Amino acid sequence: MAEFTSLRAAIDDLVPDGSVVAMEGFTHLIPAAAGHEVIRQHKRDLTLVRMTPDVIYDQIIGAGCASKLVFSWGGNPGVGSLHRLRDAVENGYPSPLQIEEHSHAGMATRYAAGAAGLPFGILRGYLGTDLVDHTTVATIRSPFDGDEVSAVRALNPDVAVIHAQQADRRGNVGMWGITGVQREVALASGKVVVTVEEVVDELDLRGPNGAVLPSWTVDAIAEVPRGSHPSYSMGYSERDNSFYTRWDAISRDRDTFAKWIDAYVTGPDDFSTYLAAVDDGSVTSMVDDD
Amino acid sequence: MSIVAARQLENGQVCFVGIGLPSEAANLARLSHAPDVVLIYESGTIGTRPDVLPLSIGDGELAERADLVVSVPEVFSYWLQAGRVDVGFLSAAQIDRFGNLNSTVIGPYDRPRVRLPGAGGAPEIASSAGEVIVMLRQSPRTFVDSVDFVSSVGFGRNGDGRDGHRGGGPTVVITDLGVLRPDPETHQLELVAVHPGIEVDSVVAATGWDLRVAADLGTVDRPTQEELTILRDLKERTSLAHNSHR
Repeated sequence: MAEFTSLRAAIDDLVPDGSVVAMEGFTHLIPAAAGHEVIRQHKRDLTLVRMTPDVIYDQIIGAGCASKLVFSWGGNPGVGSLHRLRDAVENGYPSPLQIEEHSHAGMATRYAAGAAGLPFGILRGYLGTDLVDHTTVATIRSPFDGDEVSAVRALNPDVAVIHAQQADRRGNVGMWGITGVQREVALASGKVVVTVEEVVDELDLRGPNGAVLPSWTVDAIAEVPRGSHPSYSMGYSERDNSFYTRWDAISRDRDTFAKWIDAYVTGPDDFSTYLAAVDDGSVTSMVDDD
Repeated sequence: MSIVAARQLENGQVCFVGIGLPSEAANLARLSHAPDVVLIYESGTIGTRPDVLPLSIGDGELAERADLVVSVPEVFSYWLQAGRVDVGFLSAAQIDRFGNLNSTVIGPYDRPRVRLPGAGGAPEIASSAGEVIVMLRQSPRTFVDSVDFVSSVGFGRNGDGRDGHRGGGPTVVITDLGVLRPDPETHQLELVAVHPGIEVDSVVAATGWDLRVAADLGTVDRPTQEELTILRDLKERTSLAHNSHR
């Protein structure tokens, strides 16, 4: 059964150093507050798993919390590179980062296999690409008609961390809109931490593609309103596209990045300082002059 | 570029769309000659009709204005790999003469000079979509003799690599200089048209291999007033939406 707790306690309890952590959210419902908490607690040697490492993984990697990244697309959507990720891969700064790279379809298949308790998943993918030589994928034949398909190993992270719109008081988690691989990663992982916009009496799924994770599939729930910023939570907040655009300049320079992390993540006690700085516009003021 | 790409789409086709120029082109087609084109973004939004261009693949706009929204495993399995997509739009950092695309690294994989974002949804779009439209700016850095990494297959390193793929591969490559299509026999990209005012020599010079030029080389039709107006309005709405401060 899910326990209601503080974000600090959830990350402290369920994300030990050295663990394999999947903080998911396909553009939508990205657990940014939880990512900040990982940095604030100076976690080390994490294997980070995520289809689309974006700003939060750029922050976690730049802060030196990770030793390995498993992913399929690592960029700032519509903007360009993730500079902290690139610095780690190209220059080993602030520490070397091992990578294991897949396609989106491959990662999605791996999560689905993990959720199903299968050893591997199959897809029509990777064929003819150089990814085959650099990642874990095999070709197998259908035992029924000999058709060739690709097999990828199931993905079962130690802990999943996701954001959702709602939890009810019994700990059932509700979400809607672009749910990405949220259900799959939760069901594939050993432990599940969820931050939610709001705790409600009754779940009220107010958009397309509604999904529920029942309380007994979740370990810890923390109420963190706007905990997905600069991503968004459909029905509660909008994506802060200008933050993503400005992140490019903040993350490009090592010192500016370090100052930013100190000012808005490791310096403050919790996520509220960052949100206040978002509201008064100062969160990107370090680079607003250009 | 996006106007020329938009013209390639037929009304009613199902398109798997990436962010950036492909998204601009596909929405331009939807707002002009192809109102019933079905746009699918890899975030799982199917049949979406965004009013402004999304900055990311998963902007709320896409979900709110979609016929349906599905999970990411579902969009790749039930919809793309099953063969329900007619046209895939792709871009890349590098392309070679056989339409193979690199969006992974510049330089060696283990010690890259530039670490690019990676393949994302592209390998399976390139493999499974009925046909692929490629859009990228043309220069010796992007049109290379040999791509540093095959992220997505065109016709393979040797030009004969479509075995086992459900889709037909690239049918057209649209650049800022002109339009290229693969030769049906050799699968080598051939320059079939240039944009108005572009010299053939400059296209050849912007290509890192010995570019073949079609005997009946054409000139791309100039954008019509209607095309320009729709595109300008779309860009203005988009710019307003994305630059508004909270």
